[in-house]
Amino acid sequence: MRPDTLKSLLAAREAKRPVALVSNLESGAQSLVYRDAVEGSLDLDEAIVASARTALRDDKSGRADAYGTPLFVQVFNPPKRMIIVGAVHIAQPLMTLAQTSGYEVVIVDPRGAFATRDRFPGVTLSEDWPDEALETLRIDNRTAVVTLTHDPKLDDPALHVALRSEAFYIGSLGSRKTHGRRVERLTEDGYTEEEIARIHAPVGLSINAKSPAEIAISIMAQITQVLRAE
Amino acid sequence: MSKSAIDLQALDHDDVVEKAAAWRAAGKGVAIATVVSTWGSSPRPTGSQLAADEDGNMVGSVSGGCIEGAVVHEAREVMQDGKPRLLAFGVSDEMAWEVGLACGGKVEVWVERVD
Repeated sequence: MRPDTLKSLLAAREAKRPVALVSNLESGAQSLVYRDAVEGSLDLDEAIVASARTALRDDKSGRADAYGTPLFVQVFNPPKRMIIVGAVHIAQPLMTLAQTSGYEVVIVDPRGAFATRDRFPGVTLSEDWPDEALETLRIDNRTAVVTLTHDPKLDDPALHVALRSEAFYIGSLGSRKTHGRRVERLTEDGYTEEEIARIHAPVGLSINAKSPAEIAISIMAQITQVLRAE
Repeated sequence: MSKSAIDLQALDHDDVVEKAAAWRAAGKGVAIATVVSTWGSSPRPTGSQLAADEDGNMVGSVSGGCIEGAVVHEAREVMQDGKPRLLAFGVSDEMAWEVGLACGGKVEVWVERVD
């Protein structure tokens, strides 16, 4: 890899700008394909650039051989994100599991005393109201949203934004009864059965979790299951 | 296998390129290995990367530890002559001392020098 290519690649990653590195596996020549630009010493035709951009969108690296030349497209997307609404006890072990699994974590809780730096080191904290916070965060298809307050005042505004987004996972803490009432409220607000079915509730895989850490494990496992679904 | 341990923290993270750049900036010979094709059950998916420096330090992984030693060995050659190499690894014979994947998968690993 040439120094200028490495420098550009590092800069893109630092700026959280998605980029695909296309390599000729014979000559070693490489170019970087951004959503809106191409740079490097490897000449790429439109078809290859298009397939590199598709790879970026699908978050999937792979071979893209063309005209008998072995080419490889390596996707460098910014980290996946997990937005946790509710700086509650479960959020602490969930934050750690998410970070270990390669997610960037954002915790949203407008109740001042909850989302403190001491309890949540190394994550982005937002004290905005959840709908405002989630609008600002611009949820994409590499974002998971988990609501943990089981307070409709806080969870529902977050769900309204999440349900209109491309989030790959939406989960909400609360018993079946709590979720039943949530479904009634969302139905009254005009959401269809299909839209509401995107919410995983009660949240997490069923592993008989009891403690906050165990519940966090069940949530992280479910998010992984959804992310890696074939 | 090199005496340096695999950095477990980095196994599933994407900081391989950053580590490679840091080694290079410190004046070390560095190579990056990338899984470019897989068949059957392979422990690490396409796109997984490992970086190695001339002292045998490594970060990241291209398998569950089955072929890392061989890849780092080849990486040393790549650091020397700068020619990228495409390596293929298949099923190993459990009874023989050869490098391969006990899981029964096949992988192709591309090794390039960081200039």
